[in-house]
Amino acid sequence: MDFKDYYKILEVPREASQDDIKRAYRKLARKYHPDVSKESDAEARFKEVGEAYEVLKDPDKRAAYDRLGAQWQPGQEFRPPPDWDQGFEFRGGGFADARGFSDFFEALFGRPLRGAGATQGAHFRTKGEDHYAKLPVSLEEAYQGGLRALTIQIPEVDVQGQVINRTRTLNVKIPVGVMEGQRIRLVSQGSPGFGGGPSGDIFLEVLFLPHPLFRAEKRDIYLDLPITPWEAALGQTVTVPTLGGKVELKISPGSQSGKKLRLKGRGLPGKPAGDQYVVLRMVTPAADTPAAKAFYQQMALDMPMNPRAELGV
Amino acid sequence: MKQDIIALTGIVLDENLDFSLGELCRQCGMSVEEVIAIVEEGLVEPKGVNYRVWRFDGKAVRRIQIARRLQRDLRVNLAGAALALELLEELEELRRLYCRLNYQS
Repeated sequence: MDFKDYYKILEVPREASQDDIKRAYRKLARKYHPDVSKESDAEARFKEVGEAYEVLKDPDKRAAYDRLGAQWQPGQEFRPPPDWDQGFEFRGGGFADARGFSDFFEALFGRPLRGAGATQGAHFRTKGEDHYAKLPVSLEEAYQGGLRALTIQIPEVDVQGQVINRTRTLNVKIPVGVMEGQRIRLVSQGSPGFGGGPSGDIFLEVLFLPHPLFRAEKRDIYLDLPITPWEAALGQTVTVPTLGGKVELKISPGSQSGKKLRLKGRGLPGKPAGDQYVVLRMVTPAADTPAAKAFYQQMALDMPMNPRAELGV
Repeated sequence: MKQDIIALTGIVLDENLDFSLGELCRQCGMSVEEVIAIVEEGLVEPKGVNYRVWRFDGKAVRRIQIARRLQRDLRVNLAGAALALELLEELEELRRLYCRLNYQS
């Protein structure tokens, strides 16, 4: 088990006042809230910050933690001294939301008892907790559907009433035509309920993985298509990749770089299906031989033009 | 090698889903009063003239969940959560635009 430096996590000095700690916690909670932050490890950071605050906000826990001393380094192999918490009274205190705290926390402060503080008589019946996870999806999978194995940690309560993290692997069907940012609900796959209450749900947020060729905007797919100057000037039918396979696309004569062509219904499936947009990118051959150079010079003579006329230069 | 895989099929919370007020309350685990307060704040906009005939889509579930988490974790009130949601959506839109412009240059 690794030692955790709760002061470092909250970015406060060890002598920080309780008010400083509260302020630092609130600021970091806003920064790393998983619904707000775009950082990939936001959820882990948010939990870590919450755990640090759980300890440092409580003067008794903080004092006990401080007694461990500053000689520990973050990440250092940690074993609590046998009587480290003598003289402090905090075991069994119900932390409302202390599920999923680290082993380090549990070694020091014990595992929170589920339902402590929420005792509305012995017969309360409540739905299990919902869980949230990201579902990475490639564009190919969004196009044709697929299956993804996801490993999720779900806190559950064992027979002694202690919270344990159970690792579950879920095989999730990726629905055809799913879009970035959409939520998928897996009914009753979350934590079990209490007193006969229903299980919670799992919510998956769809995240598109970067694709080497395509990018998606809702159901529309964008592709940059390199073309030669003669294809642009003279027109040409070219082969274009789409998520559903290769198709022929007609480039009309006199096309310019940046022109956007639409392949109707070739985007992600749906009602209506998205389109694929092909953006032309002109690529000029290098003038790396005397013959090529002469050819460009000849073009300049035969087809003089000022592409910057609109700029007034 | 053949392995038995139980594939879980989820429900995509999109505009094709359709909930009444009662169904939405069950989906989000909230009371009618709480959902009405959220609608009055303009956080979700159901179709229909009064709460008896309100219809919500799947996106409403998502917005309500985010708002509730913001309320719980960051101690903002409903109006603050609504503001945060609107700004987050605007930010998302701008990020998308930024990506597209970056991609084109």
